[in-house]
Amino acid sequence: MGSTGPSTGLITAREAGLVACQRCGQVHVINTAYCKRCDGPLRSRDTQSLQKVWAFLLAGMIAYVPANIYPMLLTNTLVDHTESTIVGGVVDLIHHGSFGIALIVFVASVMIPIGKFVAIIYLALSVHNRSSDNQHERHKAYEVVEFIGRWSMIDVFVVAILSALVQLNTVATINPGIAALSFALSVIFTMLSAQSFDSRLIWDADRTNNDGH
Amino acid sequence: MPQPLPPLDDLVACHQCDTLHVAQDLPENARAYCQRCGAVMMTAQSASIARILSLAMTAFVMLIAAISFPFLSLDANGLHNTTSVIDAVLAFNDGYAFPLAVAVAFFIIVIPLVRLGALIYALGPLARDQHPHAGAKHAFGLAERLRPWSMAEIFIVGVTVALIKVAGLAAVTIGPAFWAFAGVVIVTVLKDQMICRYSIWEALDHQPD
Repeated sequence: MGSTGPSTGLITAREAGLVACQRCGQVHVINTAYCKRCDGPLRSRDTQSLQKVWAFLLAGMIAYVPANIYPMLLTNTLVDHTESTIVGGVVDLIHHGSFGIALIVFVASVMIPIGKFVAIIYLALSVHNRSSDNQHERHKAYEVVEFIGRWSMIDVFVVAILSALVQLNTVATINPGIAALSFALSVIFTMLSAQSFDSRLIWDADRTNNDGH
Repeated sequence: MPQPLPPLDDLVACHQCDTLHVAQDLPENARAYCQRCGAVMMTAQSASIARILSLAMTAFVMLIAAISFPFLSLDANGLHNTTSVIDAVLAFNDGYAFPLAVAVAFFIIVIPLVRLGALIYALGPLARDQHPHAGAKHAFGLAERLRPWSMAEIFIVGVTVALIKVAGLAAVTIGPAFWAFAGVVIVTVLKDQMICRYSIWEALDHQPD
């Protein structure tokens, strides 16, 4: 296993009076505006990070409410018309004996979104309070949230495929419900919220920043 | 307490926690992790640019196939319906769900195609030891920025769930596009594993004459 050596103990680029490019890692003298290697914009810290995190998170949480109240799928067969919500769909799957699939849908549509809300609130609050506890755990939580958030889209794609596939005139048709739209919006907003979070802030708290934010 | 620092070009900072490190040449197939937060900073693989390029081109061709060929077909009570990936997108094409159709089209078709195209454009000349194209840096930056929004692998899992849901209702036949799409997912995952952003940016910056 290779490793990169620490230069002078473990210090940040900011403490060394430098600013690092988050895209390519190139280091510059602080207050440089654009990266000389990849032309990306340079910012030592995103000072508006938390504001954006809260705004997108709030939007995501608001959109999650109608996503659960209104139907996700509208099913028409010869004999009846049913509307199923996210949780209703999971219950149907359990009744059909598809426990594995029920679990996937439940994890992707209920546990991951709610887990993400909680995790982002915790991360944002801890940075706001300049907490220096559990930095490694918080960093791990941030990585998990970033990685896993997109997987909530599963249910939206299930609805898309079902609605495209099950179009058998009068015998059976499946159409998307309004909840599909609000659920997709909720996932998108939460992803934007996680992306707005500047993970470098987690590691700043235990350091003496003379220049502040 | 200012201490003498090595030249700036020898330094590399962790993109996740800003900790400074001195860049070193890695042994083959090694990975370098940030000493503080553990994020992967570099991976060393010989000839990886040529390999990434060939995987990206493979995925691009397979994705075109996945969009064009029939994806799934359904038979029930003498009725038949064949659907392509495009149909799946158009499923939302009525009224209030229209924005969703646009979003799904972007997530499973447009963004994957743009990412692969940008990567091929940026890395093509490098694999042949030539000058990078104009805008190659923007193209690679775009491909990296779009990474979380490219959701082909999630779509495939969604398709599997949908198949099991309709299995009781009707007979489902899997078309060639399904396998092409599954191939795209595998190749894309392999390719993304191989990308070492640090060395690609370095290669894009260092222009051979």
